[in-house]
Amino acid sequence: MAGAATQKSTSSRGKSTAARSTRSTKKSTSSEPSVEQLVDYYRDMLVIRRFEEKAGQLYGMGLIGGFCHLYIGQEAVVVGMQAAIGEGDTVVTSYRDHGHMLATGMEARGVMAELTGRIGGYSRGKGGSMHMFSREKNFFGGHGIVGAQVPIGTGLAFNHRYRGSDRVSLTYMGDGAVNQGQVYESFNMAALWKLPVIFIIENNKYGMGTSVTRAAAGPSLAERGHAYGIPGEEIDGMSVTAVKAAGDKAVAYCRAGKGPYILEMKTYRYRGHSMSDPAKYRSKEEVNKMRQEHDPIDSLRRVLIERKVDEETLKKVDREVKDLVTDAADFAQQSPEPDVAELWTDILVEA
Amino acid sequence: MATLTYAEAGKQALAEEMRRDPLVWAVGEDLGRGGVFGQYKGMVEEFGPLRISDAPISEAAILGSAVGAAMTGTRPVVEMRFADFALCAVDELINQAAKARYMFGGQTKVPLVVREPMGMWRSSAAQHSQSLEGWYTHIPGLVVVCPSTPADNKGLLKTAIRSDDPVVYFEHKNIWGLEGEVPDGDVTIPFGVARTAREGRDITIVSWSATVHAATKAAETLAGDGIEAEVIDLRTLWPWDREAVFASVAKTGRLIVAHEAVQVGGFGAEVAATVGEHCFKMLKAPVRRLGSPRVPIAYAPPLEDMLRITPDKIADAARALVKS
Repeated sequence: MAGAATQKSTSSRGKSTAARSTRSTKKSTSSEPSVEQLVDYYRDMLVIRRFEEKAGQLYGMGLIGGFCHLYIGQEAVVVGMQAAIGEGDTVVTSYRDHGHMLATGMEARGVMAELTGRIGGYSRGKGGSMHMFSREKNFFGGHGIVGAQVPIGTGLAFNHRYRGSDRVSLTYMGDGAVNQGQVYESFNMAALWKLPVIFIIENNKYGMGTSVTRAAAGPSLAERGHAYGIPGEEIDGMSVTAVKAAGDKAVAYCRAGKGPYILEMKTYRYRGHSMSDPAKYRSKEEVNKMRQEHDPIDSLRRVLIERKVDEETLKKVDREVKDLVTDAADFAQQSPEPDVAELWTDILVEA
Repeated sequence: MATLTYAEAGKQALAEEMRRDPLVWAVGEDLGRGGVFGQYKGMVEEFGPLRISDAPISEAAILGSAVGAAMTGTRPVVEMRFADFALCAVDELINQAAKARYMFGGQTKVPLVVREPMGMWRSSAAQHSQSLEGWYTHIPGLVVVCPSTPADNKGLLKTAIRSDDPVVYFEHKNIWGLEGEVPDGDVTIPFGVARTAREGRDITIVSWSATVHAATKAAETLAGDGIEAEVIDLRTLWPWDREAVFASVAKTGRLIVAHEAVQVGGFGAEVAATVGEHCFKMLKAPVRRLGSPRVPIAYAPPLEDMLRITPDKIADAARALVKS
């Protein structure tokens, strides 16, 4: 492989990322968010929204292949939870994962370049949309099998306990995952060993085309840990401040050594399950109603205006986000494709 | 040198590694009670319940959480009790552990050992007797180890624990009590280096795990008939020591591959095909595979015995090849 290409890819995910970092630097706090923090949440959610819109465009242009699951509509969940954690806490999720990567501070350039399958991508073009990882940002993937990230997140929590730290594991899953068996093995083990893991169920109402009401028995997904004594709460996942408040409570519970916690985030995805899903299983009216009445970014923008943040400040944020995403998209198209030699790296090939 | 059983040698390897590296820990069902075969006896007393973790009967969560713990830099040794039970965790092993390093472009590694006691053990029937090592050789990203002696069980387990890639480690249940000389201290055995269990000039018998002992007995019988068989113990199936097999076949011109697993699609087929591709002109006779017929393992001893690859079966096959 060409040395220049390697260097370029390394620098795109290297340590000197502050200049292009997607996430504002803020410290987690358990008090009411300040206006300044609310502006940060607004920016972080907008980065995800604009990034995903751009990814959708690039997919339409044929620059992104395979499966591409967009996070549009669910931004408040990951931004609110990220605001509730701090340095050293770990994050793992399944394949609707671009928002989680950006929220943990992974660079938009490296994520977008992975979507386009380029050497500058986080996995050097070997993982794609569903498979990225950053040890530096404590993001542990990026997994493609529904529910399989749940025992992995339980193991991340075991590691925190093994090393005697008070860090927590944020383990995300969708409403589709909660009917997988390994999720319940993990709930039991986490409760038995009092592991510091927050199981975050992002209930966006649909597991591919199957609405949760047709797939899940029982009154509430938040109660799925009841048999193991795991507390669970239903949260308005379209409100970043509600998510942040719930996250603060759950994080404090885990840090105190009381064991796992379940948060069911009531949220909604605006787009199909993946880019290849026309989403004919629900009405346009349903989607439009959510967008118009519950959009997490519009709602927060209204709050900010009420709290006397001037339009110019928000427009400046909008411009900055747009520039960041445009830069990422340019990088993702300019970064070279991986050398064929990459096929044989990161694996024990020879026998 | 000390005389240890195969089980004791494995325990010694794990204990030495745990003393050497505080990030090595073990997890599985019944480990706090010494393990179902006694391979962990006394370990919880020395290392405590965090490092010798007793898990609920939840293979998927045990293996999946070990993947997470391995990604963070600890080195879990996962006990599955029976290779058959490990099938409950195949998603975690094949879709997660084996793929992570590659699909994340080298951003993480999964230093994990999965111990899977394998093989026939008197009348354990269809769900406690299987030899599935060949399956895992098919999966890129996994190392596959099948030790046959106490010394190898110590040296290979130590290497497995130090490996940065996930290792599927098959110990044969029928030889837990087998005694042998085991080197003291920090002696490791590299992956991909076969052991010549017996030298010979007339025919090569390639094997691994407990079947190596059947092959060695067959070779002793054959020596009485004037046939000198060379027995090669592969020790590790991925990576496997092709060069050692090619060199032996170059000398003998005849090859039998013998294993306890079902013959159809077994790793013997891979060895036979590779020798066919690389050593065709050296062969004086067709390559012969010996494996179990493609039926589930039966309970009643007369039926179970039909499935075993015995010294007699190997010797008969060898005589036929040498005559041909």
